[in-house]
Amino acid sequence: MSDIRETFYVGHTSDGSLKKRPMSPHLQVYKPIPSMTLSILNRVTGAALSFGSAIMVAWLASAAKGPKSFKKVQKLTGSFPGQLVLFGFSVSFFLHFIRGIRHLVWDSTAKRLEKEEINKDSKIDIISITALTLGLWTIIIGKRLRKKKK
Amino acid sequence: MVELRLPQNSRIGVGKTFHAAPDAKNVKRFKIYRWSPDDDRNPVTDTYEVDLDKIGPMVLDALIYIKNEIDPTLSFRRSCREGVCGSCAMNIDGHNTLACLKYIKDINSDVPIYPLPHMPVVKDLIPDLSGPYAQLREIDPWLKADTPPPPDKERLQSEDERKKLDGLYECVLCFCCSTSCPSYWWNGDKYLGPAVLLAAMRWVSDSRDEYAGERLSELEDSMRLYACRTIMNCTQTCPKGLNPAKAIAELKHLQVERKM
Repeated sequence: MSDIRETFYVGHTSDGSLKKRPMSPHLQVYKPIPSMTLSILNRVTGAALSFGSAIMVAWLASAAKGPKSFKKVQKLTGSFPGQLVLFGFSVSFFLHFIRGIRHLVWDSTAKRLEKEEINKDSKIDIISITALTLGLWTIIIGKRLRKKKK
Repeated sequence: MVELRLPQNSRIGVGKTFHAAPDAKNVKRFKIYRWSPDDDRNPVTDTYEVDLDKIGPMVLDALIYIKNEIDPTLSFRRSCREGVCGSCAMNIDGHNTLACLKYIKDINSDVPIYPLPHMPVVKDLIPDLSGPYAQLREIDPWLKADTPPPPDKERLQSEDERKKLDGLYECVLCFCCSTSCPSYWWNGDKYLGPAVLLAAMRWVSDSRDEYAGERLSELEDSMRLYACRTIMNCTQTCPKGLNPAKAIAELKHLQVERKM
């Protein structure tokens, strides 16, 4: 599929010969705003979650197959890199979840769309994503520590 | 299409530096994007040191000073110098705005100035806006009515009907919003962009217009309207303080409402 905007990149020099115009910089110069970054991250985490759900399926499938294969997958997810991936999965989940609700509010009510509201809500969302993620991992790590004590 | 990097011919190099007079006390550096079709090279950023004691408070004052006193080859659009014409739209310090409404003192560092993002560059700070203009024509931005106006007066509106146009009619078509929108960067051939959709909402909201239904049907398309991903850069950047994101959300709402 060709982009019709290509035609606007045909310019000319002072003597009339054709010359390809440059494209002005975009991501290279645009200063990120929280609302913009959250939107981009919503897209990125959406993609990440589809990979994450593959891990989830592998985990469930191994459990269905038997204790041996379940142990193998548990070992993998329990390793340090595995834990990092799971941490990323949880951040992605909460970000996508919270921003999903935000989108639902915008699309179903057309409210909370004033500039001040957008900026305030971005902060609220970042705080709630952080709190949910940290909360989850506090519970997980707390449980592990208690298990170790026993 | 999403292309994060600039094309080979568009990557930006470092250009010349124009120093201020040695006795200048209040010097600010302006780093300005330069490209001319007559030079056989990639775009560069030239650095201009400007003595702020000699100029007015706005970024446009600095640009005009540079053109008049330092480097007459610098090209940019400007006209009214008070935020009414929309000509001097550009990317200043990372956000799109009108140079005539942007205070120099609001920028703490050097002042980077680029043309409106992801646009074909005609020369220096002048982008080719043919694309967005063609898209504006596509929404028929004028009053459409089959009923003739009363013979002895104009078409009247109540105060409440007129109020519905507030926040929509003030747009000066500088296209700061459209060119701030990543979705418009990647899909600007099919997505109409915030400025044009705000204009569409302006006519859909007009009590005297009789084509709201047709206008909405024209917009009901996965790309034209719904390529808006509520990124909100448009509302964040509008130098006139308008809210295109909200206008687009309301258009989406109307699309659903008219089917209920």
